Amino acid sequence: MAEMVALELPGVGVAPGRRLPFLVDVGRRLVREKPLGLIGGLLVLMFVVMAVAAPVLTPYGPGQLGAGARLLGPSGAHLFGTDNLGRDVFSRVVRGAQVSMTIGVLAVVISTLISLAIGVLTGYFGGLFDMLFQRVVDGFMAFPALVFLIAVGAMFTNAQIPGLPTQGLFSTTVMSISIELGVLFGVGNSRVIRSATLSVVSSTYIEAARASGASHARLILVHVVPNVMPPVITLATLGLGGIILTESALEFLGLGVPPDQVTWGKMLSTEARAYMLQAPWLAIFPGLALSTAVFGFNMLGDALRDLLDPRLRRG
Amino acid sequence: MTQYFVRRVMLAVPTVVLVIFATFLIVRLVPGDIVTIMMAERPYATQADKEALRKELGVDRPIPVQFVSYLGKVARGDLGDSFWTRRAVTAELRQRLPVTGQLGVFAIVLGLVIALPIGVLSAIRQDTVHDFIARSFAILALSVPSFFTATLLIVFPQKWFGWAPPLVYKGWDAGPIAHVYYFFFPALLLGVGLAGGVMRLTRTMMLEVLRQDYIRTAWAKGLRERSVIIQHATKNAFIPVLTVIGLQVSVVVSGSVIIESIFNIPGIGKYFVGAIFQRDYPSIQGVVLVLAIVIVFVNLLVDLAYAYLDPRIRFA
Repeated sequence: MAEMVALELPGVGVAPGRRLPFLVDVGRRLVREKPLGLIGGLLVLMFVVMAVAAPVLTPYGPGQLGAGARLLGPSGAHLFGTDNLGRDVFSRVVRGAQVSMTIGVLAVVISTLISLAIGVLTGYFGGLFDMLFQRVVDGFMAFPALVFLIAVGAMFTNAQIPGLPTQGLFSTTVMSISIELGVLFGVGNSRVIRSATLSVVSSTYIEAARASGASHARLILVHVVPNVMPPVITLATLGLGGIILTESALEFLGLGVPPDQVTWGKMLSTEARAYMLQAPWLAIFPGLALSTAVFGFNMLGDALRDLLDPRLRRG
Repeated sequence: MTQYFVRRVMLAVPTVVLVIFATFLIVRLVPGDIVTIMMAERPYATQADKEALRKELGVDRPIPVQFVSYLGKVARGDLGDSFWTRRAVTAELRQRLPVTGQLGVFAIVLGLVIALPIGVLSAIRQDTVHDFIARSFAILALSVPSFFTATLLIVFPQKWFGWAPPLVYKGWDAGPIAHVYYFFFPALLLGVGLAGGVMRLTRTMMLEVLRQDYIRTAWAKGLRERSVIIQHATKNAFIPVLTVIGLQVSVVVSGSVIIESIFNIPGIGKYFVGAIFQRDYPSIQGVVLVLAIVIVFVNLLVDLAYAYLDPRIRFA
C-alpha cells in the first residue's frame, strides 16, 4: 500500500541518486526542445574551438607581413583575402576570437561574482542597507555604458598591474578591460539577482530553515544562492554577447588592447575604413565573425532563459 | 500620486550628487597629468611655467577643495571652462546637446515604428513562420554592432549604385530636407539596434495580455480582431514597453558616441571622445554630468508616466 502511494506522487519514488544533474538535464532539453538555442550553442562552441586552436588553424601568423600580395580578394590561398600590408585576413579573424573570448570569459566571471554579491546581500538583508546600496546602483546605471568605459579605461592607460605581462593575451590592458566590463555588467545585472533573491527569501522553505535555527551564512549559501542560479546562468550567457559587443566598440574607437593583439573591433576600424571601397572583405569578415559570435551567445542565452524560467515553461 | 511623485523625485537627487562626485573623482584619478600633456607642445617650458599653469587651471589645490568649489559652481549653473579652448563648457553643451538630442529622438521613434508592429504581429501569430522570422531578426538586431552596419551601408551602395549616405554635417540652415536626409541614416542604424529589445518586450507583453480574461470577453462579444488587438490588448501591453524606452536613452547615448564619429555629427558623443583624449577635465565632467542628469530625468518621467497609466504601480 505504501508503495502505491509513493508511485502516485511524482518525484517521490525516484531515488535521489538517479536524478540527472541539473546542467545535464538542461543540456538534454536544449537539444530536444530548442533548435535555435542549439544552433547558438554550436556557434559558441565553434568560436571557443577557434580561440583555443587558433595557432593550429591559421596558415599564417596574425601579424605576418607579406603572407600574400597586398589587398588580394578572397581566394583558395587566402580564404578571406589579404589586407593592405599583405597579411592573411583569415588568420587574423581566427586570432581575433582569442581576445574576444578571453575578455568575455574573464568579464563574465567578474560580473557574475559582483551581481551575486550585491543582488543576494541587498535582497536578503533588505532595509536601510538595501535602500542605500540601491541608490549607489542607481548612480552607476545613470552612466551611459560606453561613457563609463571610456572614462575609466583612460585611468588604466599607463597603469601596470603587478605580476602581469605588458603584452600578450593576459596583459594588464586585457585584464583592466575585463574588470571594467565585469563591474559594468555586474552592477547592472545585480537588479535581476536582487529580485530573484526577494522571491526566494519570501518562500516557505526559507522560513522553515530559519525556524530551524540556520545562520545567515548558511541560509544565503545553502538556500538562496543555489536557487537564484537560473537567472545567473541566463545573465552570464547573454552577458557574454553584450560584453564582446561592447569590447569591440572600445576597440573600434581605438581604446582597446595593445597593438600586438588582433581584435575584430580593431580590424573593422583602422584598416577596413581606409581601404573599404577597394577591399570590402577587410570589413566584411571581421564584422561577420563578431556578429555571429554575439548572435550565438544571444540565441543560446535566450533558449536557456526559456528552459530555466519555470513561468515560461510549457506544459 | 503626489506622494509617489515626491518620493521618486527625492530618490533622484542623491543619485545625481553621487554621479557628480564619481565623475569628479574618476577624471582626477586618470594618470597623464593635464599640465604635462598641455606642456608637451612647449618643450622649453620651465618648472615655474608648469606651476603657473597648474595654478591658473586650479588643479594645484587639494582635491576636496577643488570638489567643493566645483560643486558650488555647478549649483550656479557654471560647468567651468575647457582647459584647451577656454570656452565655457555650458556653451559647448548648449550647441551640441540639441544635435545629439535630435539624433536620439529620431532613432527612438524609428526604433518604435519598426518594433511595435512587428512585436504585436509576432505575438498574435505566435509560433508561426512570421513569429520565427521576427524573433530571429530581433536577436540579429541585438547582435550586429552599429559600426559594422554603418560600414556596410557606406561601402556597398557606393560600389553597386554609386550612392552613399551623406557624411558631411547639414544643419537646419542647409534646409529641412537636407537636414532630415542627413540624420535619417545614422538614426536608422541606431533605431534598428534599439528595435530588437523593444520588439522582444512587446511580444512578451502582448502574449501575457492576450491570455487574460478581458481579452477572452472581448472575443466572446464578437468583436473583430482589429478591435480586440488594437483597442483592448495593445493599450495594456505597451505600458511596460514605456520603461524600456527609459532604459534605451542610455543605449542611445552610448551608440551616439560611435555613430557620431562615423557620420561626422558634431554632437555630444564626438565631443566626449575628443575631451577624453585631451584630458579636458571640465569638458568630461560637464558631458557626463549632463548625460547622467538627462538619463535620471527621463527615467523619472517614465516612472511617473507608468504610475499614471497603471494605477497598480503607485499603490503597490
